[in-house]
Amino acid sequence: MTTSTEFAIRTRGLVKVYGDTRALDGFDLAVRPGTVCGLLGPNGAGKSTAVRILCSLLRPTAGHAEVAGFDVVRRPWEVRYRIGLTGQNAAVDDVLTGRGNLEMFGKLYHLSAKQARRRADELLEQFGLADAANKQPKKYSGGMRRRLDLAISFIMAPPVLFLDEPTTGMDPRHRMEVWRAVRQLVSQGTTVLLTTHYLDEADQLADSISVVDHGTVIAAGTPVELKSEIGSDQLDVVLANPGDIARATAVLTAITGAAASAHEDVPRVSVPAADRVGTLTEVIRIFDAEEIVVSDIGIRKSTLDEVFVRLTGRPAESAEPLEELA
Amino acid sequence: MTTVPVPRGPAARLKWAIHDGLTVSRRDLTHWIRSPEEVFGGLLFPVLSVLLFGYVFGSAVVVPGGGDYREFLLPGLFGMTMVFGLVITASAVVTDTSRGVTDRFRSMPMAGSAVVAGRSVADMVRAALDLAALILCGLAVGWSPNGSFGATLAAIGLLLLLRFALIWVGIYIGLLLRTPESATALFPLVLPFAMIANTFVAPGLMPTWLGHAAEWNPMSATVAATRDLFGNPGVGGSTWAADNPLVMAILWPTVLILVFFPLAVRRFQTMSR
Repeated sequence: MTTSTEFAIRTRGLVKVYGDTRALDGFDLAVRPGTVCGLLGPNGAGKSTAVRILCSLLRPTAGHAEVAGFDVVRRPWEVRYRIGLTGQNAAVDDVLTGRGNLEMFGKLYHLSAKQARRRADELLEQFGLADAANKQPKKYSGGMRRRLDLAISFIMAPPVLFLDEPTTGMDPRHRMEVWRAVRQLVSQGTTVLLTTHYLDEADQLADSISVVDHGTVIAAGTPVELKSEIGSDQLDVVLANPGDIARATAVLTAITGAAASAHEDVPRVSVPAADRVGTLTEVIRIFDAEEIVVSDIGIRKSTLDEVFVRLTGRPAESAEPLEELA
Repeated sequence: MTTVPVPRGPAARLKWAIHDGLTVSRRDLTHWIRSPEEVFGGLLFPVLSVLLFGYVFGSAVVVPGGGDYREFLLPGLFGMTMVFGLVITASAVVTDTSRGVTDRFRSMPMAGSAVVAGRSVADMVRAALDLAALILCGLAVGWSPNGSFGATLAAIGLLLLLRFALIWVGIYIGLLLRTPESATALFPLVLPFAMIANTFVAPGLMPTWLGHAAEWNPMSATVAATRDLFGNPGVGGSTWAADNPLVMAILWPTVLILVFFPLAVRRFQTMSR
C-alpha cells in the first residue's frame, strides 16, 4: 500500500483527454472513509469520466488516482475487489433471476458456489428483495432494479461504492427507497462517491460536495458551507398579485444591484441580499410606496440550486422525475 | 467479508481465467435456454430456406455438373447459418454494453479475457446445436453426406471454424455499436454476403465479375469445401479460389481470426463511452 488510508478516494491532477476535448483537466478530490461525497456538475462536466477512471474502466491521460489505498492504474485488480459500481443504467442481467444475478456475480468475485448462495440470501434480505428473489429483474419496478443493482455492487461489502446518477429517471418514491438503501450502507462504514443532477439528492445524502465544471473541481465543502459561503442569503418576496411580478423584479434588482429571479409557480421573486436587514427594510418601504402588495417576505439561506447557478452560470439539469424506461 | 487473494503466477491466472470464462458462458447460455423463441426464430430463416429454395425455386435451378438441387443447397444453408451467427454474436455483445453489464464486468476482479472468451464458448455451443438441427432438417428432405465419416466430420469442423472466426468479427462489431437496435440493422448488411456466394446458385451462372466476387467470398470457400467433403454436387468454378476450396476454407477463417481477435480484445480492454 502506497499511502495511509486517510482518504478512501484521492486524486491529484487527473487529466483525461479525448481528441481535442479535455474531459478532466486537473481534477483533485479527497474523500474521507465512511463519508458520502457528492459530485455535482452540469452535463459533460467530467463527473462520469472521473468515476470511470476511479473504477479502473478508463486510464487517465495524466495525474494520479487512488481508491482504498491502491493506485487505480497500477493495481486495478486490488481496486476492483474494494469497489462497487452502480452506473446510470441498472446493470443487472434481465434474464437471470434476482438471486441468479447475485450468485453469478458472486462467483465472478471468486466466492465458492456455497458462499455465493449464502451471500445472495443475505443481500436479498438486506435490500428488501427476498420476495422477488426468483423473478426476473425485467418484471421489477425501477426502484427494485436499482436495489438489485446496489446489492450486486455490495457482494464483497466493498469499502468504496461509486454511484453514478443512481436515481436518474426515477419517480420520487423509488428515489427514497434507493436513498434509504444508500444510507444503510454508509452507516456500516462504506465510503460513497455520488454523482447526481439532483441537488436535493446531494443535499440529502452527501457529507461533502465537490462542484465540477470543465473537468476541474471549482468548489468543495459541506452542503452548509457551500450554501453560506458561495450562495449569499436570499430575500424571498411572495406577491399578493401575480401581475406585479415584473415591477417587483425591477425594484429588487435596483435595490440590491443583483439579478432578481422571478418564480411563476407562486408569484415569488428572489434576490441575493448581502445586507440582510437593510435590504429588507428598504424593500418594504419601496414596495409600500409603489403599492406592491406583499403576502409574505423573508430571508433564507441559498439552496444548492442557487449555489450551482452562481458557480457554473447555468442551472443544473432539469429534475423532472420520469419513471425509468425499463 | 473475506477478501480473495490476487492470483499469482501463470497457472493460478489460467485457472481463474477458465473459471471466469465458464461462469460467463454459462450465463450467456442461460439467456438462450430462457428465450427459446429467439433460438427458434434464428433457425426459422434457414429452415424456411430449405423448403422455399429446395422445393419452390429449386426446380428452376441448374446444378453445375448435374445432381440433385437439395443435395447442392444444404451445405449452402449450413454455411449461411454460420454467417448469420455474426449478427447473433454482435447483438448479444451490444445488449450487454448498452445496459452497463459489460462495464460492471470490467469493474470486477475478473480475468480480462473472461467476457469475450465466455461469449465465444457460448456462441460455439449454440452454433453446434443450430448446425445439428439443420443437419436433421436436411436429412429429412433427402440430403445426405456421401463422403466418409472422417470427411463428414471435417466438413462440420470447417463450418464451425467459419463460425468461430465470425464470433470475433461479431464481438468487434458489437463493441463498436451503441444500441441493440443497431445490431438488427446488421442483418440486411450480412444478407448480400450470404447471397453473393455459392449458397443458392453456382457463381458460374452469375455475371462474370459477380461470379468471381462470389467465388472469393469466404463463405463460398467453406461451402464449396463442405460440398466436396460431403460428396455433394456443385464443386468447381472459374477462379483459383473455387478450384481450391479446402485451402481457402482454412485460410479465410484464419485470416479473419488473426485480424479480428486482437481487434476485439483490444477494443474490449480500452472501450469507453
